[in-house]
Amino acid sequence: MIRVFRYTGQALVYVLFAAFLGYFSSAPSYTHFPPDQALIKLSLAHGAKREGGCRRFTQAELQKMAPNMRRPMDCPRQRLPVVVELIIDGETRYSASVPPTGLSGDGRSRIYQRFSVRPGKHAIVARLRDSDRSEGFDYEKTAEIELTARQSLAIDFRQEMGGFLFRW
Amino acid sequence: MQVLQRALQAVFNVLEGWLDRPFGPDWNPLYHLGALGFFYFWVVAVSGIYIYIFFDTGISEAYDSVEYMTHDQWYLAGVMRSLHRYASDGMVAMMMLHMVREFSLDRHRGSRWFTWFTGVPILWLVVICGITGYWLVWDTLAQYIAIATTEWLDWLPIFGESVARNFLAADLLDDRFFSLMVFLHIAVPLILLLVLWIHLQRVTKPEVFPARGLALGSFAMLLGLSLFWPALSQGPADLSQVPAVVGLDWFYLIAYPVVEIWGAGPAWALTFGGSLLIAMLPWLPPLRRRSVAQVDLANCNGCTRCQEDCPFAAITMTPRSDGRPFEREAVVDPELCTGCGICAGACPTSTPFRRASALVPGIDLADRPLKDLRQQIQEATAGLTGDRKVLVLGCEHGIGTGQMAIDGVAQVPLPCIGALPPSFIDYVLSRDLADGVFLAGCKGGECYSRFGLRWTAQRLAGERDPHLRARVPRERIGQLEPGARSKAKMTAAVSAFQAGLPQRSGEIEHPRIRQEETV
Repeated sequence: MIRVFRYTGQALVYVLFAAFLGYFSSAPSYTHFPPDQALIKLSLAHGAKREGGCRRFTQAELQKMAPNMRRPMDCPRQRLPVVVELIIDGETRYSASVPPTGLSGDGRSRIYQRFSVRPGKHAIVARLRDSDRSEGFDYEKTAEIELTARQSLAIDFRQEMGGFLFRW
Repeated sequence: MQVLQRALQAVFNVLEGWLDRPFGPDWNPLYHLGALGFFYFWVVAVSGIYIYIFFDTGISEAYDSVEYMTHDQWYLAGVMRSLHRYASDGMVAMMMLHMVREFSLDRHRGSRWFTWFTGVPILWLVVICGITGYWLVWDTLAQYIAIATTEWLDWLPIFGESVARNFLAADLLDDRFFSLMVFLHIAVPLILLLVLWIHLQRVTKPEVFPARGLALGSFAMLLGLSLFWPALSQGPADLSQVPAVVGLDWFYLIAYPVVEIWGAGPAWALTFGGSLLIAMLPWLPPLRRRSVAQVDLANCNGCTRCQEDCPFAAITMTPRSDGRPFEREAVVDPELCTGCGICAGACPTSTPFRRASALVPGIDLADRPLKDLRQQIQEATAGLTGDRKVLVLGCEHGIGTGQMAIDGVAQVPLPCIGALPPSFIDYVLSRDLADGVFLAGCKGGECYSRFGLRWTAQRLAGERDPHLRARVPRERIGQLEPGARSKAKMTAAVSAFQAGLPQRSGEIEHPRIRQEETV
């Protein structure tokens, strides 16, 4: 009889532990984004132009260099910051001057931003400046996009593909 | 720190007491958490190998192949998938409980720091295994994990490009990413196995498999759960949609809400800071160094019993260095020795009956030598009166031997019950120092120094050297029941033992030995 009680007790413990494992392996559910909103992601990795133009080394400068290090042109590594703006329905939701990455500032500028918006039609303008011009932008894309709840719009930038890409 | 440890100990004490009733000490899961963790690991490994046969790496193939396993071949691959999931969760539960319990019992400091310290990377590796595993299914949960993980990783200045950009849109995602994930999901468990091996390097005879009954029960539980509540995917991943609500596996993914709420930087600070704090616990504060064992070569014949019985691999046998006609000698590594004294209890020269020479065994604790124990026993029993005198020899990590106010009962503490050479019981009874000897090891039937209770039981049963002599009347030896875990229970057990002692009328019932003065 004692053995029966022992095994019953063990079974009870196992059932409780199984319930614990089974439940917490997928519940309670977690809401990490409002289900009644849509998402716009602005993400790009783009290298702006170099800060200055190349110049030819003078003869005196070349003489100072080790023979194996001599090269005709001096091209600065440092890139300009990338200036990006995102305007949604006339409201500027993002505007930043993003410095280049890398210890020498010669890497690509990186942006990864998320914006939640209400579902419906949105007028979206994305602009980017990667040159030394003081005003205006080098790239701009405007679109009117209808988003449903939980839909995700990705705004990417690919210079080789002509600039901004809207993916949804 | 001690307050926290005591509080946790009290909780475990209650839980262990509850589980002792149906399981007994041999099967009580709380005494075998490490072994259960290993058991779940092997279930995960075997089930993982099986489901890998059917798994396809690819953006759409991954999900489809998992769905095939779950629904079309539910009776085998589906069950294996569920076993893989639930055993992984069980492994995390066992690992966390194991860590907290070892901390509560203060079994992480001193010479035991290495085992604790090497447990920290295990936490990381297990979580990485889980994350990469969930990723492979490529359902909406996997999508959430992929994006949340890469966004979290991108905060660290270690990637040239944003990793999260890979999940910006479906056309940016490559099948090769899944090949990388499969590689990680296989490589990381192999690294985990290596670290588990390192984790056990400073313990001898590690318990890597639980008792058969416990293993069978645990497997039956996993199988029943897999059949009754199969693991399911959460719909195919779609990068054009936000998986706003996900069913998280809270065993593995509990960090993700923290990242969302606190932000990536503070979450990394918590993760690294928490890991560092856990890793540093053995020195917060450091354990006051206990006495370590020392070998006396004049009395050591290299019999290897101390090496065989040491729970912490602190003793090695090396070629004889003193020219005496023995092959080997014991050498103690003070860095590994915890000072439990089990080696002294195992040494055949640890006999209190010596009369021609001083009581100096081949191996002994430097500042708690056995001659002092003999002295303590003599002094403690000297004042005993009555016809049922009892000497309680109790482990100081157990319930405690102090302040049991019972007439005719004397108490002497030991660093571990396994530190008691069986000849001391013979000595107490044959010299009429007491009418009964009561042994009280650690509470709950689990030894602080791992093997003290087991070796003592085997020595008393004549199954392990040094044996308790056959002439010693067994009815005069009492032992604390494994289930006893309070001072009241111990007092009751000692009182009952005392009351049940057969009276010695005139001649004692075993041959007397000569009563020479001990040196």
